[in-house]
Amino acid sequence: MIRVSALTRTFTVAAGFLRPKRLLHAVNGVDLAIDRGDVLGIVGESGCGKSTLARMLLGLIPPTSGSIAIDGQDLSRLSRLKLARRLQPVFQDPYSSLNPRRSIASIVALPLEVHGIGTTTERRRRAIDMLERVGLPARHAASTPGQLSGGQRQRVAIARALVMQPEVVICDEPTSALDVSVQAQILNLLLDLRRDFDLTYVFISHNLAVVEHVATRVAVMYLGKVVEEADTADLFRNPRHPYTRALLASVLTPEPGLGLPETGLGLAFPDPINPPPGCTFHPRCPQRMANCSLQVPTPLKDAGGLVACHLYPASPSPRPLPSLQTSSIRTSS
Amino acid sequence: MRPLPPGPPGTPPRAAPAAADVVLDVDGLDVDIATGQGTLHAVRDLTFQARRGETLCIVGESGCGKSMTSLAIMGLLPRAARRRARRLAFLGEDLAAATERRVNALRGSRMAMIFQEPMTALNPAYTIGNQLMEPYLHHRGGHADEARTRAIDLLEKVGIASAAQRLGQYPHQLSGGLRQRVMIAMALMCGPELLIADEPSTALDVTIQAQILRLLAQLQRELGIAMVLITHDLGVVARIADRVAVMYAGEIVEHGAASEIFAMPHHPYTRGLLDCIPVPGRTAPGGRLGTIAGVVPSLVGELKGCAFRDRCRHAQPACAQTIPVLGAPPGQRWRCILEALPATVAAEPA
Repeated sequence: MIRVSALTRTFTVAAGFLRPKRLLHAVNGVDLAIDRGDVLGIVGESGCGKSTLARMLLGLIPPTSGSIAIDGQDLSRLSRLKLARRLQPVFQDPYSSLNPRRSIASIVALPLEVHGIGTTTERRRRAIDMLERVGLPARHAASTPGQLSGGQRQRVAIARALVMQPEVVICDEPTSALDVSVQAQILNLLLDLRRDFDLTYVFISHNLAVVEHVATRVAVMYLGKVVEEADTADLFRNPRHPYTRALLASVLTPEPGLGLPETGLGLAFPDPINPPPGCTFHPRCPQRMANCSLQVPTPLKDAGGLVACHLYPASPSPRPLPSLQTSSIRTSS
Repeated sequence: MRPLPPGPPGTPPRAAPAAADVVLDVDGLDVDIATGQGTLHAVRDLTFQARRGETLCIVGESGCGKSMTSLAIMGLLPRAARRRARRLAFLGEDLAAATERRVNALRGSRMAMIFQEPMTALNPAYTIGNQLMEPYLHHRGGHADEARTRAIDLLEKVGIASAAQRLGQYPHQLSGGLRQRVMIAMALMCGPELLIADEPSTALDVTIQAQILRLLAQLQRELGIAMVLITHDLGVVARIADRVAVMYAGEIVEHGAASEIFAMPHHPYTRGLLDCIPVPGRTAPGGRLGTIAGVVPSLVGELKGCAFRDRCRHAQPACAQTIPVLGAPPGQRWRCILEALPATVAAEPA
C-alpha cells in the first residue's frame, strides 16, 4: 500500500560560529513496504531517524531524495488535504499536541471543518460519536485539554486522527508519556480500532515490549538506515543483526533473578554528523570483522525480510551464525 | 564495562537485619502540601528501612508520592510542603530534630542523590571537574589536587574514558548517558552511605539504561551502600531490587522482597500493574492487556479507607473502613482486607 524507496533526508547543521555548515543524514536510504492492515513497528535509539521518517510519511517535511508512494501515487503529487484524508498522526505528547484553548469536541471536529465536510451540527455529532468510540463520554465534549488526564488527552488525539476515517495512522511514541496502566488502555484501544476501522499503523516506539505486542512487522533503524526488517514473531524469536540482538537483550522484562543484561554496545552513540565508515554500527558491534569498517554491507533480502550486515552477505555462501556473547549479572547478593 | 561475576545461584533467604545495618529508618512519614483547595496529603504514613548493601525500589505511577518521599528524606521539600514523621533516622541520627546546619553537612556527603534529568541537575556554566570537586572540597576540605585525583578515579570507575580530559568539559559536550555517569560519580565523591536515585535511567535510551543500571548495581554492591531507587518501571524493579515498596496515592500498599512481590503479589494494585505490561514471550501479541479502570483519587482533604477501592474489582463495603496491614512470612506486607487475591485475574473485557 505504501512504498518507500531510497528515501533520504538531510539537514544542514551549524557547526559553530564562522565554521561551514555541515550535513546530517537523518534518514539515509530507507526502503520500506507497508501492506494494508499491517502494523509496522519502527524501533531504534533516539537520533536514529525514526521520527524524521514519520514526518516525511505524513508529508510534513519533503524528502531530500527518494520517494514515497501510496497506492502507486507519489506523495509529493498529492495535496496536503488529500494526503490528510488518508494518513493521520498521533504524537507522543498529548500535552503539546492539543490546542489548550479549544473544547475537545471542537478539536476533534476541526479536521472535518478544514475539509468542509457537513454542517456545524453534523460535524459536532460526528466528533462526539468518535469521542465515545475512543472511550470519552459525551459529558467531556465541552472540556478543554487542561481538564483531562494524560490518557484522556491521548484518546482525544486518537479521535481527532480517526474522525476523517483515514486508512493509515502514524503513531509516533503514542504511549511513551503515559503511565503503564494508561499505556495498557491506549494499546488495547489502538488494537480495537485497527480491527473495527481496518486501519494500517506505522507504530514508532523505543519500547520493544510494546512493539512486540502491537506490531505485525518490525523495522530496526540505526543512524538513518533500516538494518533489519522482519515479521515481529521472527524478529523476536530469531534476531539476525547484532544491533537487533543488543536491543532485545536490553529489554528489562519484569522477571526478578535475571539480573541486568550486558549489551556489549559500549558507551558512545556515534556522532550522526560524522558517521563511522563502512557499516555505521561497527564501532559498537560485538561481532565486527575486518571489512566492517571498510565496506557498507549490502542488504540481504530474503523470505525472512531484510538484514544489512556483513554476517549475512547478499551474495551466496552464508556464514554460520556465531553466538552472541551476552552475560547477565545477578543483582541479588 | 567490565563483566560482573554472576551472583550465587538461588539466593538464600536474607537473615533478619542487624540494627547496625539499617542506614535509613523511616517510620510514619507524612508530607502535606497546602493548596488552594485544602491540604494535599502527598505522602501518608510511610514506613520503610534502607539497609547497607541492599537496594530498595520504590515503585508507583505518576503522582503516587514517590518523588516527594525522596525529597522529604533529603530535606529538599518545596516551601509549601510540610514533613512529619514518628521517626526519620539516618544511621541512628534523628533527621527530624537535626539542625539545618547538620542536615547540610550530611546531604551530598553521607547521603547523596541522583536525579532523573542530568541536563537540568548539572550546572551548564561550570565544567564537570568543577562540579565534581565542589562537594568534596565543601564537605571534606583538603587540597584541590586531592579532590581532582578522586574525581578522576571516580570518573574512571563509572566507565568514562580519558577522565582527566573530561574534567575540563561542560555538560553540554557530553551525551545523556555520559552525563548520568557524571551524576553518579558526583554522588559518590564523598563516599555516601545512602544513595537515593530518582528515576536515574528514565531519560535514557534502552541500551544506555541497561548500562547505567548495571553500573549502579555494581557500585552499590562493591561499596556496600544502601540504595533507594525510585522508578515507575517494573522491569527495572525486577532486575535491580532486593526489596520493593509499591506506592499508591501516597501510601505503601505492598512491601516485600522482590522475588516474593513478583511471584505472588498480594495487593490488587500490584497485581493490576503487573498485568498491564506487555512481556515478550508471555503476553499474547495483539491480545488484550490488563487495565486498571478509573483514575487516581484526589489526595486533597480527609482520606479514609483504601484509596484504591474505587478502581478495585475486589472492593467490598469493608474497604471504606480502616485497612489492616496483613503479612506473610518472611517479610511481605500488604495493605488490604484480603488475605489472598482470588485466582481469577484474567483481563476484564472492555
